[in-house]
Amino acid sequence: MEFKTHISVQRLNVFYGNVQALRNITVDIPDRKISVIIGPSGCGKTTLLKSFNRLIDSVDGVRVSGKVLVDGENIFDPNVEVTHIRKKMGLLSQKPYPLPMSIYDNVAYGPRIHGIKNKKELDRIVAHYLKESSLWDEVKDRLYQPASTLSLGQQQRLCLARGLAVEPDIILGDEPTSALDPRSSQRIEQRFLELKNEYTIVIVTHILRQAKRLADYVVFLYFGELIEHGPAEDIFENPKEEMTKEYIKGIIS
Amino acid sequence: MFTSMLIIISSLVLILVTVLAKGLPSMNLAMITQTPKGGYYLGKEGGVLNAIAGSLYLAGGATFLAIFISLPVVLYLNVYARKTSRLAAFTRFSFDVLWGVPSIVYGAFGFTIMLFFGLRASLLGGIIAVSLLILPVMTRAMDEVVRMVPQELLEASYALGTTRFETALKVVVRQTLPGILTAVLIAFGRGIGDAASVIFTAGFTDYIPYSLLRPAATLPLAIFFQLGTPFPEVQGRAYASALILTVIILIISIVSRILTNRFTKHIVK
Repeated sequence: MEFKTHISVQRLNVFYGNVQALRNITVDIPDRKISVIIGPSGCGKTTLLKSFNRLIDSVDGVRVSGKVLVDGENIFDPNVEVTHIRKKMGLLSQKPYPLPMSIYDNVAYGPRIHGIKNKKELDRIVAHYLKESSLWDEVKDRLYQPASTLSLGQQQRLCLARGLAVEPDIILGDEPTSALDPRSSQRIEQRFLELKNEYTIVIVTHILRQAKRLADYVVFLYFGELIEHGPAEDIFENPKEEMTKEYIKGIIS
Repeated sequence: MFTSMLIIISSLVLILVTVLAKGLPSMNLAMITQTPKGGYYLGKEGGVLNAIAGSLYLAGGATFLAIFISLPVVLYLNVYARKTSRLAAFTRFSFDVLWGVPSIVYGAFGFTIMLFFGLRASLLGGIIAVSLLILPVMTRAMDEVVRMVPQELLEASYALGTTRFETALKVVVRQTLPGILTAVLIAFGRGIGDAASVIFTAGFTDYIPYSLLRPAATLPLAIFFQLGTPFPEVQGRAYASALILTVIILIISIVSRILTNRFTKHIVK
């Protein structure tokens, strides 16, 4: 079956110095679905996610071989413009990092850099994406206050709005709820479920229950190796590999 | 620990008391509004406005010049260079060494450069020497704060498709603005109080400098010359000049505090 994917990983190896963090990973991430990367801590989940938008570039002594195709373009090709790749993806990190500016400017930051200067247009974008991330009602009266005055849960939704404002096709989440309280986590998860019709979403998590709640597609990594990947129901109900079974039952973690 | 604290606080108080006690009797409006008249150093009329203006011009110009070297260096060290970069480590080490170089050496070095370019003792020469002197102070002080910027904040900005340059200018500088301002003001304070680096380079004059190529008086040198006279009233004026210098530095510290508080509101911890 020939289907076009935004992200296609082909024989990807990543080394940090002499340590190999990812071994020969090949996987296609399905479009407009939530894919969840699961696995124990330190098994390369975040490395895989960050190789999608080449944030691993900033790690010291990193070496990469293999390909990651985004819209058919190998992003590790030396001629590729990194900013152009990153603009296609919004990123939510473990802990929200709002930029040191007002709520409004946080959302307008990306669009401004990419050339939108018109004040009316920016107003529209800011309002639109704050609504998309269900933060608008809470902040509409204080858009010009520093983003650092928001609660952690609100900050994470602000980061979502900021990421969406550059109009990506893909949303990457690196354990995006791990620093949040249960209610805030629930709101973020809710947003993901609503956004998956428009975006391709990839989330890293080590919370198995969260993976079950969200996933359409599951990628299971164990110490840098891709053990199994496939539609969520297959992996959770009927895993083929022994290791996957044990992980899902909670025998290994 | 308590004793050490006591020593620090009491020496601050003692300095202030000495300067106030000896300087206040000679302090008057003429000191800050007039330039020295004929025979000033023999106890006649006048003030040290020439030195106040000279010092402010000189330290201001030097600080301005130093910012344009420090800030790019610091941004390069922290945004562009890799964490393990040898060049970055060596640059930091060089600044530490430069910090330790006595200011008279900067004065002599500045003087040599001036001779090479055929410059005479002038405001410009002083500005260059003092900016060399305060560069390491400013750079290291900025470096300490910019280093604290979390890598994740940079990544959050990169993830939006921004370049390192945009990130450095719009995110890093804003995040560390209070620290940068403090560094600038610390450097200004260091520059305005230094005598040795300006002896040869800026010279001394009884007039307010009106050109970059003319000599400029400075407060530390004015204090030095006045203290060197055998007349008690002129020596009193030296303390009055010291009082003026202290007040200027005090104002700078307070302003930097206020600015720091104002700009901290956007900082993400």
